[in-house]
Amino acid sequence: MSEEQIRDLEAQFEARIARDEKIEPKDWMPEKYRKTHIRQMSQHAHSEIVGMLPEGNWITRAPSLRRKVALLAKVQDEAGHGLYLYSACETLGISRDELYEQLHTGKAKYSSIFNYPTVTWADMGAIGWLVDGAAIINQVPLCNTSYGPYARAMIRVCKEESFHQRQGFEIMIKLANGTKEQKEMAQDALNRWWWPSLMMLGPTDDKSVHTEQSMKWKLKRKTNDDLRQQFIDQTVPQAELIGLTIPDPNLKWNEERGSYDFGKINWDEFWQVVKGHGPCNKERMKARVGAWERGEWVRDAAMAYASKNQERKQDQAI
Amino acid sequence: MKQNLYKYILGIADNSLILGQRMGALTGHGPSLETDIACTNISLDLFGQVRNYYQYAAKLKGDNTTEDDIAFLRKEREYFNVLLVEQPDTNFAYTIARQFLFDSYHFLFLTELQKSYDITLSAIAKKSIKEVSYHKRFSSDWIKRLGDGTEISHENIQEAINELWTYTDELFHQTEEDKIMVKENIGVDVTRLKEVYYDAVNGILKEATLDIPESKWFQKGGKHGIHTEHLGYILSDLQYMQRTYPNMEW
Repeated sequence: MSEEQIRDLEAQFEARIARDEKIEPKDWMPEKYRKTHIRQMSQHAHSEIVGMLPEGNWITRAPSLRRKVALLAKVQDEAGHGLYLYSACETLGISRDELYEQLHTGKAKYSSIFNYPTVTWADMGAIGWLVDGAAIINQVPLCNTSYGPYARAMIRVCKEESFHQRQGFEIMIKLANGTKEQKEMAQDALNRWWWPSLMMLGPTDDKSVHTEQSMKWKLKRKTNDDLRQQFIDQTVPQAELIGLTIPDPNLKWNEERGSYDFGKINWDEFWQVVKGHGPCNKERMKARVGAWERGEWVRDAAMAYASKNQERKQDQAI
Repeated sequence: MKQNLYKYILGIADNSLILGQRMGALTGHGPSLETDIACTNISLDLFGQVRNYYQYAAKLKGDNTTEDDIAFLRKEREYFNVLLVEQPDTNFAYTIARQFLFDSYHFLFLTELQKSYDITLSAIAKKSIKEVSYHKRFSSDWIKRLGDGTEISHENIQEAINELWTYTDELFHQTEEDKIMVKENIGVDVTRLKEVYYDAVNGILKEATLDIPESKWFQKGGKHGIHTEHLGYILSDLQYMQRTYPNMEW
């Protein structure tokens, strides 16, 4: 294909996106579009399955049957999200095994927040309320993103995430209205998860390398800083409602902006965790890689059985 | 209180509780995303059943007893699950073998429990059997895959079946309460399920190219609250929050 033809295709492609048309797997797309989508969608899928670990940590110790069932269902939803995000990613011509390989070797990233430990039951509330809350803010605009399979997957993901967020907040309400010990547990969880949740919305706009291109392809509708502000403005009144204190002495309503001003985020901590030196980076990878390696003989057996079955069917067909 | 019925319900529900606890612990650590989803789903189903049974038991007990009191606040000798369901997840073969040996029984048991004169138990059985028929299909399919898969998987699943076989006979043991409940047409006469159970199980094992264990030495005790050493650790996790933070709502 000549350069001119490619330029022509690119122009048509950009025009389709500008008209809000969906790009489908078999459509022509620029290589960079394909790669960027593989990167973002797989990062999202990896975050879902690594995210199962900190919450899975409390399944055996959930304090009531009702909470246990809800937590199991939530972690199962995350596995489901992982599954269809990996499938959506596969439509771009990469296999799940290759994507796992990228995760296991550290080539692909996942949301850094899952490298923090879940030390008390209240962390199940804080994760639902804050982490899923921040995730929704990130993800709702993606329901209208340009790549069809991703947009459709996100519609379902967002519905479930919003349920998880309410569920998490409900855990916090119960704790905040409970005994002194429960209230302390809730406040402690908020103290530990607040700042990492703000960091979860990504580096500040001047440090974000992918923003401009992603905005053009509707992979992103708002900048990281805008999303972060939206998250803070939405969450602060919720904390006030249940009598918990946001751990930021500089948090103050700004009448003029119609938003909260907030304190300085410790970006050194963010980059430390992103680079693999957070409290649980090693444990999370060890758990994922361990499960994968321990399961190899099981997956081999399933493949061997399937091909034997196929042969048997072929033999019977003649 | 209807003491016999109460204890009979615990005998049924505790199996689902302990197996649900075991399966729930695997979430995120399985060989594939698909098996993770399935194992979590089985755990969810089992806990759903547990809630139905314990809510009924709590009503019978009265004194503001809740499903959580029954689930979390008994001592180790007061849980009446069979020994099979508390056995550890040594590897995926053990998980599948345990599930298969229990599902095969659970399905036959619920089929009969649907006919119970106790309308609540019969209703729970009717609801649960749909879930359990799926569990049975899942675990039987995996027995076949592992048995007739590779040499390694064949060895692993054969070892797990051989090791867990010793706990199968207890499924058909009756306590005094069980016998009374059978007499009142409330309970299931499990002794009558034994033959059809081993026929069904042996059939699947054969199809999976596995040997049927010949051992005639069996372990029992769970139905009388005498457990293997594993149960204590399961309860330590299960009860942790309720014991550490007593009399609180969650």
